[in-house]
Amino acid sequence: MSATGIGAAVRRKEDLRFITGKGQYTDDISRPGETRAVFLRSPHAHAKIKRVDTKAAAAMPGVIAVLTGADLAQDKIGNLICGWMIHSKDGSPMKMAPHPAIAANKVCCVGDQVAVVIAETLAEGKDAAEKIKVDYEVLPAVVDAAKAQSAPAIHESAPKNTIYQWHLGDAKAVDAAIKSAKHVTRLDIVNNRLVPNAMEPRVAIAEYDSGTDNLTLWNTTQNPHVARLVISAFVGMAPEHKLRVIAPDVGGGFGSKIFIYPEEVVCLWAARLVGRPVKWTSDRSEAFVADAHGRDHITHAEMAFGEGGKITAIKVKTIANLGAYMSTFSSSVPTYLYATLLSGQYDIPAIYCEVDAVYTNTAPVDAYRGAGRPEATFVVERLVEVGAREEGMDPAELRRKNFIKTFPHQTPVIMNYDAGDYGASLKKALDLADVKGFDKRKRESERAGKLRGLGYSSYIEACGIAPSQAVGSLGCGVGLWESAEVRVNPTGSVEVLTGSHSHGQGHETTFAQLVSERLSIPIENVSVVHGDTDKVQFGMGTYGSRSGAVGMSAVVKALDKVEAKAKKVAAYMMEAAEGDIVFKDGKFTVAGTDKSVAWGDVTLNAYIAHKFAGSQLEPGLKEGAFYDPTNFTFPAGCHICEVEIDPETGNTEIVGWTAVDDFGTVVNPMIVEGQVHGGVAQGIGQALLESAIYNAEGQLVSGSFMDYTMPRAENLPSLKVDTTMTKCPSNPLGIKGCGEAGAIAAPAAVVNAITDAIGSEDLAMPATPPAVWAAIRKAAKMQKAA
Amino acid sequence: MYAFTYHRPTTVRQAVNLLAKNSEAKLLAGGHSLIPVMKLRLGSPGALIDMNKIEGLSGIELKGRSLVIGAMTRHGEVATSQVVKEALPALADLAGMIGDPAVRHRGTIGGAIAHNDPSADYPAAVLGLGATIITSKRRIEADEFFKGMFETALEPDEIITKVSFPLAKKAAYQKFKQPASGFALVGVFVSKRGADIRVAVTGAGASGAFRVTAFEEALKKRFSPKSIEGMTVPATGLNGDIHGSAEYRAHLIAVLARRALAAA
Ligand SMILES: Cc1cc2nc3c(=O)[nH]c(=O)nc-3n(C[C@H](O)[C@H](O)[C@H](O)COP(=O)(O)OP(=O)(O)OC[C@H]3O[C@@H](n4cnc5c(N)ncnc54)[C@H](O)[C@@H]3O)c2cc1C
Repeated sequence: MSATGIGAAVRRKEDLRFITGKGQYTDDISRPGETRAVFLRSPHAHAKIKRVDTKAAAAMPGVIAVLTGADLAQDKIGNLICGWMIHSKDGSPMKMAPHPAIAANKVCCVGDQVAVVIAETLAEGKDAAEKIKVDYEVLPAVVDAAKAQSAPAIHESAPKNTIYQWHLGDAKAVDAAIKSAKHVTRLDIVNNRLVPNAMEPRVAIAEYDSGTDNLTLWNTTQNPHVARLVISAFVGMAPEHKLRVIAPDVGGGFGSKIFIYPEEVVCLWAARLVGRPVKWTSDRSEAFVADAHGRDHITHAEMAFGEGGKITAIKVKTIANLGAYMSTFSSSVPTYLYATLLSGQYDIPAIYCEVDAVYTNTAPVDAYRGAGRPEATFVVERLVEVGAREEGMDPAELRRKNFIKTFPHQTPVIMNYDAGDYGASLKKALDLADVKGFDKRKRESERAGKLRGLGYSSYIEACGIAPSQAVGSLGCGVGLWESAEVRVNPTGSVEVLTGSHSHGQGHETTFAQLVSERLSIPIENVSVVHGDTDKVQFGMGTYGSRSGAVGMSAVVKALDKVEAKAKKVAAYMMEAAEGDIVFKDGKFTVAGTDKSVAWGDVTLNAYIAHKFAGSQLEPGLKEGAFYDPTNFTFPAGCHICEVEIDPETGNTEIVGWTAVDDFGTVVNPMIVEGQVHGGVAQGIGQALLESAIYNAEGQLVSGSFMDYTMPRAENLPSLKVDTTMTKCPSNPLGIKGCGEAGAIAAPAAVVNAITDAIGSEDLAMPATPPAVWAAIRKAAKMQKAA
Repeated sequence: MYAFTYHRPTTVRQAVNLLAKNSEAKLLAGGHSLIPVMKLRLGSPGALIDMNKIEGLSGIELKGRSLVIGAMTRHGEVATSQVVKEALPALADLAGMIGDPAVRHRGTIGGAIAHNDPSADYPAAVLGLGATIITSKRRIEADEFFKGMFETALEPDEIITKVSFPLAKKAAYQKFKQPASGFALVGVFVSKRGADIRVAVTGAGASGAFRVTAFEEALKKRFSPKSIEGMTVPATGLNGDIHGSAEYRAHLIAVLARRALAAA
C-alpha cells in the first residue's frame, strides 16, 4: 500500500476549501441580472383551488412576474414523474397521479406549490407572495397510512388511495411453515417518518441564453445527468443537448437530493419567460415540507421457528405511505429495496411480503439514507431478537445458528449474496462490546436505580446499485451503470471525470487514491471532476452506496484502457514489442531488460506524437469507460448497542456502541469510519429522537428544529468502529460500500437494547423519554394484572 | 422580516419616551426571542428600540443579602460569574443550562423574564427565589409579575432595569430538556430561605411558571426529598404536546422536585 493509495487514511483533499469557507455551493453562485423566486405554498393539506388572484401581487414593487399552475399548464410543461414502474399482484400498473410543478386544480399536502413570484429581491418576492389571494375549498385530509385506503380518494386515478398492492415470495410455502412452526413471533411495527434535513437546503438557479437557446441549471442534486434526462424527456423543458445541469459543491443529500423537484422545473420555465436568471433558495421551514421525507411504514410481521431456534419463514405485510405524490424513485423503496432484504443474514427457506403503497395528504416520501433497507433490517432484527427472548435463547446464539455460511447464497427474495462472513463480524463485535461483562455492568446500573439493556443488529444491505438488466426487469426506468473518463495531460497529471457525485462522501480524495496507486503518481497530480453535464459524458449519480463499487469500477476500466494505450506509446519509444512492456511503479519497462521510460515521458510522447505515425497510433491519452455491475454488493455487519435508562424519567442514554462492518475493500479507512459515524448518528436519531408528526388536519407539527429533534453530539456515545473483510467478488476492487450501513443497522440495535432493559417489546420509535416511561408503566401494570 | 425603524437610545428615560410615543415599538435586548419571530414574519414591530447602548443596565452586584443583576446581563455572564457561583450557585447553574453558547452570549435576563416564554428557565428562578423585578417605574414582586403565557405585569412603556434575588440558604434547579428546542420540558427550582420555602415549576404550566404549594407545605417540616415522597401533582391545567403529555409532565415535576431537593 502506498501512502496515498488504496487503504491509506489520506486526509480529504476537499476539506481545505470546505472548512475555510471556500466551498462553492449553489447559493454562493450569483448570475448577472439574477431574480428571486418565492413560492406561495398551500397552508392546507387537501383543498380545491377555486381561484388564484395574482393582481395585487403583480402590482407590488420589484415584481417581475407572478405565475400559477394555469400558466404552467398553458405552456405545456410536463408533470414530474416516478421512474420506477411497479405492478400490482393483479398485473395492473401502479397508479401514478399527475404531479404538476405548480398545483392547478387542487393541493394535496401542506407546502404544495400554488404560485410563484419572480421578483428583484427576496424580500420583495416574499411581500408580493403574501398578496396573492387564493380561494380554497378545504377537503378532509388523511395523513395516516393505515387510514388511507378507507379515506376519500386524493387522486381520481388512484381509487382507495392505493398506488399498488405488490407482493414478493411464496405465500403458500410461508403459510405452511407458519402452520407447522414450533413457535411464531409476531410484531406490529411502525417505521417512523423522517425529514432528511441536509445541512445545505435545496437551491436552484436557472439561466436562459436566448442567443444559443441554451438553458443552464445550477442545482443541489446528487445526480445531474438524471435530472437533465427527466427534465428534458419527461417534463419537456428543453432538448437534452440544450440543457446543462451543474451540481457544484453540495452539502449533504442523504437521498433527498436524488429527486427531481418542482422548484427547479419552475425556475427553468420562469427563466425563459422573464429572460433573466431565476434563483430559488429553500429556507429551513420550506425544506421541512418541500423535501421528500423518508420511511413511514406500518408493518405486521411474523417469524416462524422450528426446532432449536431454526428460522423457517418470514411473513410481512406493510403499508407504505408515499405521501401526496409519487416522488422520482418512491415506488422502488418499499418494494425492491425492502422486501428483497427480508432474508437478512439468515438462511430462511420461505419468505413472503405484501406491500400496499398509499397516497396521503403529506409530503412525498422517497429514498432516505438506506432506503428500504433500514426498514427491512428493523423488521428482521426485531423479529430475531424478540424470537430469541420468547424462546429463551441467547440472541447472539440464535443469530449464529441461522447465519448463511456458504456463498453464493440464493435467498427466496431475488438477492444472490456473493460473499460474507457474518459469524466473524458478530464474534468481533461481541468481544469489542465486552458482552461478557454486561451482567456485571447491569448490576451496577441497578444499584444506581437504572435499567441497562443490550441490543444487537446483524444487518445486511444491497448496495452498489445496480446491474442494469436486473433493475430493468424489476421496473426501473434507467440503467444503473456508471461512467468515467480518465484524461491524462501531456505532463502526466490526470483528470478523472466521473458520473458519481460527491455531496460529502469525499470522492475527490478516494477516487484520486485509486489513480495515485494505479499510476504511481502523487495524489496532488490527480483531480476529480464531477457534477456538470457539459463536462462529464454521462452519469447515474450517487446514492445506494454505489460510488465506490460502481463509480470507481468505471474508473478502473478507463485506467485499464489508459494503461494499454500508454504501453503502446512506450513500445514505440523503446522500439520494443507492445507485448513486452511491463508497467510497474510508474515505469514502463521492456521485460527482461533494464530499458525503461517513466510515466511522464510516456504521457508527453503520447501528445507530441513524434515516435509514431498517425497511421500507427492515435495521439493523445484519454479513455472513457462505462461499467455495469454484475451483481448488487452486500455489505453486512453487526452493531451492538448498550443503553442505560432512567426509569423515573424514561430517558435513554446510549452508553456503548460497537460497529463491526464488512465493507469489502476499504479505500480510505478514515472516510469509512466517518461514514459509519454519520450513519449511526442518523440511525440513533430515528430510534430515539426524530419524527415527522402530522396532526389530523395534515399540518406538520414537528416542522422546525424547535420540535423536530436532530441527533446532537450529546446524544451519541464514543463509537467503537471496526471492520472485518470479505472481498466483494462482483467488482474489480472488491468494494461493497459503506455510506448507508450505520443508518440501516442502528435503529434495530437501539430498540432491541431498550426493550431488553425495560422488559417489554411494546415500544415504538422514536423511543423518547415519555414513550419509554409509558412503556415501563404499561408493562408494570400488565405484570400487576397478571 | 418586515421593515421597521430602528432606535438606539443611550438612557432608560429616552427608551421609555420612545416606547410611550410608539405603540408599535418593541424593546430589543439580546434579540434571541424577538428576532427569530421577526425572521419568520410572525411578528412585525414597526420599530425596535435597541437597549444595547444604554449604560448601567448590565452587571452583577452583591448588595447585602441580595444579588442584583442588571436587565441586560447576558446568560453567559450569570453562568460564569464568580459572585453568582458563590452567592447563589443554583442561579449560575440555571443560566448555564439555557440554550447553547451563542444564545447565552446574547440572551439577557431582562429579555427572558419580560418575554415569559412558558418553557423558559429564568421564570422558575424568579418565582422559586421570590425575586423582585425592578423596572423604570416600580418594584414588582415575583408572585405578582408573571401573568400567564408570554404575559407579565409590565405596562407597555415599562422597562425592566434590574432583578434582585434574595440569597437562599439552600437552592437548586433541575431541568429536563425538551429534546428538540433545549427549552425546559419541565424545570423545577426549589429554595429555602428561613421559613420561606419555594418550589417553582416552568415548562409544564399551560399559563407559565407556577408554584407547587402542596410541596411547599410538606417541605416546611423538613426540607428534604423524603418529605414529598409519594406526592404527586395533578395533570389538569398542565401542557401536553408532542414532547410529553400533561400526565408525563406532572410526573416529572415530582421527580425533578425530589432531585432538586436532594441537590440543594
Ligand atoms: C436557539 C435558542 C435556544 C434557546 N434556549 C433557551 C433555553 O433553553 N431556556 C431559556 O430560558 N431560553 C432559551 N432561549 C431564549 C433566550 O434565553 C432568549 O435570549 C430570552 O428568552 C430572551 O432574551 P433576549 O435578551 O434575547 O430578549 P429579546 O429577544 O431581545 O426580547 C424578548 C422580549 O422581551 C422584551 N424585553 C427585552 N428586554 C426587556 C426589558 N429589559 N424590559 C422589558 N421588556 C424587555 C422585548 O421587547 C421582547 O418582547 C433560547 C433562544 C434560542 C434562539
